[in-house]
Amino acid sequence: MKTARSAPQPGKPRLTTSAMIASIAAEGQKTKPAPFGHALVELARSRPDVVGMTADLGKYTDLHIFAKEFPDRYYQMGMAEQLLFGAASGLAAEGFMPFATTYAVFASRRAYDFIHQTIAEEDRNVKIVCALPGLTSGYGPSHQAAEDLALFRAMPNMTVIDPCDAHEIEQLVPAIAAHQGPVYMRLLRGQVPVVLDEYDYRFELGKAKVIRDGKDVLIISSGIMTMRALEAVQVLKNDSVDAAVLHVPTIKPLDAETILHEAGKSGRLVVVAENHTTIGGLGEAIAALLMRSGVHPPFRQIALPDEFLHAGALPTLHDRYGISTAEVVRQIKLWL
Amino acid sequence: METLTNVPKLADRAYNIRRNALRMGEVQGQGYIAQALDISDVLAVAYFHAMRYRPEDPSWEERDRFLLSNGHYAIALYAALIEAGIVPEEELETYGSDESRLPMSGMASYTPGMEMSGGSLGLGLSIAVGMGLGLKRKKSDARVYTLFSDGELDEGSVWEAIQSAGHYKLDNLIGIVDVNNQQADGPSTQVMAFEPLVEKLHAFGWFVQRIDGNDLDAVVAAFDVAKSHPAPKPRMIVADTLMGKGVPFLEQREKNHFIRVEQHEWQLALAALEAGRQA
Repeated sequence: MKTARSAPQPGKPRLTTSAMIASIAAEGQKTKPAPFGHALVELARSRPDVVGMTADLGKYTDLHIFAKEFPDRYYQMGMAEQLLFGAASGLAAEGFMPFATTYAVFASRRAYDFIHQTIAEEDRNVKIVCALPGLTSGYGPSHQAAEDLALFRAMPNMTVIDPCDAHEIEQLVPAIAAHQGPVYMRLLRGQVPVVLDEYDYRFELGKAKVIRDGKDVLIISSGIMTMRALEAVQVLKNDSVDAAVLHVPTIKPLDAETILHEAGKSGRLVVVAENHTTIGGLGEAIAALLMRSGVHPPFRQIALPDEFLHAGALPTLHDRYGISTAEVVRQIKLWL
Repeated sequence: METLTNVPKLADRAYNIRRNALRMGEVQGQGYIAQALDISDVLAVAYFHAMRYRPEDPSWEERDRFLLSNGHYAIALYAALIEAGIVPEEELETYGSDESRLPMSGMASYTPGMEMSGGSLGLGLSIAVGMGLGLKRKKSDARVYTLFSDGELDEGSVWEAIQSAGHYKLDNLIGIVDVNNQQADGPSTQVMAFEPLVEKLHAFGWFVQRIDGNDLDAVVAAFDVAKSHPAPKPRMIVADTLMGKGVPFLEQREKNHFIRVEQHEWQLALAALEAGRQA
């Protein structure tokens, strides 16, 4: 049985837990507001079959932008995630393409069976778009979806996507709409960092892309960890470490060809960095791929530990659990 | 599709559905046969009086949708789909076998005319809400029928769907809840008290009728009223039924979710069903 924690020491200055709608962007970082909401509105102008649905989290998943533009194509299902996904299946059965939003914890943990049976098994064309992926909330395990990728990877028929920034989200909305079948997409909402525009990057469903080449270490990453990896590259450069970054936004199906090609180049340490528990996410997916394929580079994993994560301020938690830029740099230098 | 208004003809259909179900039960040596027998009258009225469909085109856009939320009743729905000409009668012999399109638990990807993958209870009404919303978006006058069981009333998701159907005033939904008062661990009312069901459904904004689900006149009238009632509300038919209906020795058998039928009893059951028809 768990007991309550000891009271904190008085007088010490502390960061405070950010509000749920807070941005993950760093101070002064270039951002765009609500890229998903705006991209969906753009898509919906040419696709009358697109409808938006949510379970009382329209504002918190940027779907309110869509609701304002297309009020009659917006379905508020109340705080009922099982209903949300069952009804999304029904709308898809009638030929519509629902974008159904909630938090990642609720889709992956509360509504799993509904998504499994009514969407994945029936191969319904529902796009599941979920905010607060991995460790992007300081509210504690109730809102931290550290295991969402593992759960959705394990579901047949499901395409799983973990985008890095606003630039990528804008591109992937039309891309997943063009794909017939269920998709689980991790969402970054609010003021979302813009990072990949400087790297001449284009999102392609199912494709991993080398964002930056380097000879000493290959960082394979998805989601916000690609942003961290690119920041880490700059710091490592000062220590004469030349790091490459391979961005893998499509977690399933995995781009085995590109990953094997890059990981198979000799002489580089391979580090998989993910905003997810060590269990069942990108790291283990790639480890298994390498083992099955007989490609055996030195391999390390940067990921969240297999434990219930603390509540608190995100910068503190990202440092504590090893996914801040400083921690990425520190761990890589330790392994080189 | 034949629309019957004549109760004796509907009784013939109900008899054929029961017989098809017993023949499938015999193939597999088991099955939720008592439930199939209790719901056959409702299915006969649904498929031969109330619903609009084309047997040769199960995904015809203008068809009424029928969702089997209680996927373990698949044996009953297959019996009705065979009788309706949607599934060929010869496939009856394959029920529950390898490669069959008629698995023990109903799945949309296996069977023509099966609109959802049930089995995990409490899914159907949520899908129905989405279909109801979708049909209204398309300005279709097709209806969504959803059959579910009294045991499913224990599932919270059922009430999420019931609440939202009331909220959206989905008058194109017709729910049928089979109250046979039996679920896996015992009588449904004892496993988890669900009464007063009619009052609860009223409070959630539904138009509700409660009938004897084995009285064909009452079932016909209930479907007619459910279709024609002007209230902008979803409609529920609470059908009290008798497990094993039509086969007296099964009606009297100690009530169990999964009734044991010995190998030699299938022929006896078919004979008893036939005898009851002539009586």
